[in-house]
Amino acid sequence: MFTIFRKEIADHFNSTRFLILFCLVVCVALLTTYTVSMNLRSEISGGAKIEYLFLMLFTTSGQFFSLTQFIAFFGPLIGIIMGFDAINRERSAGTLSKLLSQPVYRDAIINAKFLAGIVTIAIMFVSLVLLLSGLGMVAIGVVPSGQEAARLAVYMLISIAYVGFWLGMAILFSIILRSIGTAALASVALWIFVSFFVGFGSGLIADVIAPADQNNPELLLKNARIATAIGRVSPVNLYSDATSTIMDPYRKTTKSFVLVGPMEKISMSRFNSALSLWQSILVVAPYLTTLVALTAVCFAVSYLVFMRQEVRSI
Amino acid sequence: MAAVIETHELTKIYGRQKAVDRLTFEVRQGEIFGFLGPNGAGKTTTILMLLGLSEPTSGSSHVLGFDPVREPLKVKERVGFMPESIGFYDDMTARQNLQYVARLNSLPDSVSKKRIDDALEKVKLANEANKPVGAYSRGMRQRLGIAEVLIKNPKLIILDEPTMGLDPEGINSTLDLIKLLSVEEGISVLLCSHLLHQTQKVCDRVGILNRGSLVAKGTIEELSREGIQALLASATGRGTPADRRGLISLEDIYMRYFKEE
Repeated sequence: MFTIFRKEIADHFNSTRFLILFCLVVCVALLTTYTVSMNLRSEISGGAKIEYLFLMLFTTSGQFFSLTQFIAFFGPLIGIIMGFDAINRERSAGTLSKLLSQPVYRDAIINAKFLAGIVTIAIMFVSLVLLLSGLGMVAIGVVPSGQEAARLAVYMLISIAYVGFWLGMAILFSIILRSIGTAALASVALWIFVSFFVGFGSGLIADVIAPADQNNPELLLKNARIATAIGRVSPVNLYSDATSTIMDPYRKTTKSFVLVGPMEKISMSRFNSALSLWQSILVVAPYLTTLVALTAVCFAVSYLVFMRQEVRSI
Repeated sequence: MAAVIETHELTKIYGRQKAVDRLTFEVRQGEIFGFLGPNGAGKTTTILMLLGLSEPTSGSSHVLGFDPVREPLKVKERVGFMPESIGFYDDMTARQNLQYVARLNSLPDSVSKKRIDDALEKVKLANEANKPVGAYSRGMRQRLGIAEVLIKNPKLIILDEPTMGLDPEGINSTLDLIKLLSVEEGISVLLCSHLLHQTQKVCDRVGILNRGSLVAKGTIEELSREGIQALLASATGRGTPADRRGLISLEDIYMRYFKEE
């Protein structure tokens, strides 16, 4: 299994599409960090250093989006691009039957492919976050505290689980669907569906079940709760909820519907105490578990389908 | 002579279709056994069952003394298999492709280096070893496939349509190579093909498969004699309709064989 794993890793790092994708992500991330740090600098200069300033580097919007939003939106694509042709390319090139006729267990192939993908993602994320932290330190002149570093580490863990889910999804499609093109389209379709339509759909369903009444706060709350619960079907929502909790200690568990600028955030923080790291992790743990569970389900289904597939059709 | 492959009433049913029907045959040590039959006769299905890649519906088989259903890894360690459409990783060189296979067989690099060189030498690809396989011609890929099979020092090799898509020269050199391996290294060969006239040159014995069952078995000379009788039988209309159906397909193969002679 280690042999296959080693080859898959090498393939990932050598492939053009991975390099293009990685360059793209790095470029966007660098640009965003730069804009954000410039904004932060001009806004907070003169004042006292606020707590968790370093994390704001990742959560404050630059021109259009913050870094965490960017990963929430773009992360699935990374997973899909790495996994959508994992098995069916080997099948169409005729190398799968060759692999299977060597003395390796059948599950070693799929285990190695999945593991290689996860490790590649992990390497990518760790290097990205380290790079951005370095840039941030230079740009805003603040060193992250131990707490902040720990939060970043948890953030990376969640991100890896998140992209891992999409990798598992894409590998599943690559096993079920014979054609590479179909598998790619199916994964992208699913990504768009959960990114956008689950959000709209959850609001609609909540309105049907518990119509919101502006004069009745209880109904309003019930409506919002149902909408959130349905929204959590989508891993995109799970991920963005989890990351914003871990990255923003001042975040309330109920979303405020008002946009908050960095200055207001600072003034709010006077009346607000931050959630401690441990508390944040407790809040996030169920989200992380669900993400990992979803990934595990994807992998388990892939595993079963792959093990039972008749070799005849190779 | 000991048998390297033995099957007993091997049967595989896909849905309602019998792909292989109570197949019993054996391949002896050191011989080249031609496994012939038209497309869809069940040749590939049989091979997959022999390698433990597909489970028989009923019946049993033994390959080099191992049961492929129970010990597929032991069979795969010792048997070289070249599938019908051999695939390689096109962006890797021939040597890298072979090295990957060697590693999958858990050969240490010190051993595999020598074996790869030898195998490439045997199939006359030593000069192109460092070219990416994507640039190879069809004939070269086929030869590389044979080199890949040799990496694990097999006692038995199974070749599925090794001459498919090759030009006459390629066919001849491939068949000569197979003969050479069998004679010089004592490797037993199971050679699958639908082209009778090509394989008869190298095969010691052949078995003819039609609709999943073996309709004839023996040396080429024996079969020619039987073939004439079968033609007579179908002409005079003896035997049951089922027999005749089998004979007519068999006859087709023989017709081709006679024509091309």
